[in-house]
Amino acid sequence: MTRFRIAVHIVPRRGILDPQGKAVADALHALGFATVKDVRIGRHIVVDADAASPADAEADVRAMCDKLLANPVTEDYEIAGVAPL
Amino acid sequence: MKFGIVTFPGSNCDDDAYLAVTEALGATAERLWHKDHDLRGADVIILPGGFSYGDYLRSGAIARFSPIMREVVEHARRGGPVLGICNGFQILCESGLLPGALLRNRQLQFVCTTVVLRVESRDTMFTNQYREGQLLRIPVAHGDGRYTIDDSGLARLEDAHQVVFRYVDGAGNASPEANPNGSLDNIAGIVNERGNVMGMMPHPERVVTELLGGRDGLGVFESILARVAA
Repeated sequence: MTRFRIAVHIVPRRGILDPQGKAVADALHALGFATVKDVRIGRHIVVDADAASPADAEADVRAMCDKLLANPVTEDYEIAGVAPL
Repeated sequence: MKFGIVTFPGSNCDDDAYLAVTEALGATAERLWHKDHDLRGADVIILPGGFSYGDYLRSGAIARFSPIMREVVEHARRGGPVLGICNGFQILCESGLLPGALLRNRQLQFVCTTVVLRVESRDTMFTNQYREGQLLRIPVAHGDGRYTIDDSGLARLEDAHQVVFRYVDGAGNASPEANPNGSLDNIAGIVNERGNVMGMMPHPERVVTELLGGRDGLGVFESILARVAA
């Protein structure tokens, strides 16, 4: 077993109103960042866990996302990185 | 007929719910702890409001894994009544006993006020003592009350008359202005398909005697009593 650090991004699903993201997009527009089209604010979770391989580590974190870390009704997630420690 | 009131770490409306069913309704009730592994003979379970587990990760996301919730889910699967108020509603959605989810209020602010609710369906074990279309004044106090569900889920709720309460104005119209949190279609409370699990964001236990400023919430508990004791 090797210890891995797995990072996961969880963001509100497109089509679901994200008032935080909208407020920040409005603020960016007010600052002159006219190119901004959309902002969505989610969370970044970093898990240290033991696994036999990077693929296993990723599969484990995907299972964690499906069961707890992300809400399947409102959120999407993507594995942002898997690195051995 | 016995109520069971669950206390999670961070629950803060458990005493209100206990007093509503014991003093205002005159029923018996048992206090249940989140680490308990049995419902101690309770016929009706209430998941009260509050901030279970500090609302960490998402409101209700951690409470759902409490030992007591295993028993509550089994109770619900057997057809036993479960009422989730505010944080209890969030826990019911997270645990899959009710469809949909509750998101951060549209205005990003905690809302603490009295709202007007319209009874959308009195054909439930939680609302049979109200009139169809009756307007109720009941307080809300929440930061994550914006109910959401996908289009097909919403259609299923509507078709099966599972929307029980909507936020309305004083004239009974479900207007955007009457919506305190941006909830989809002004939804304030729903039941599951089977009709034995209800979640609502407003707090009926806070308006059960004139001393508290009204009795509009008492009907929820009277309805349960009428149905379960029958």
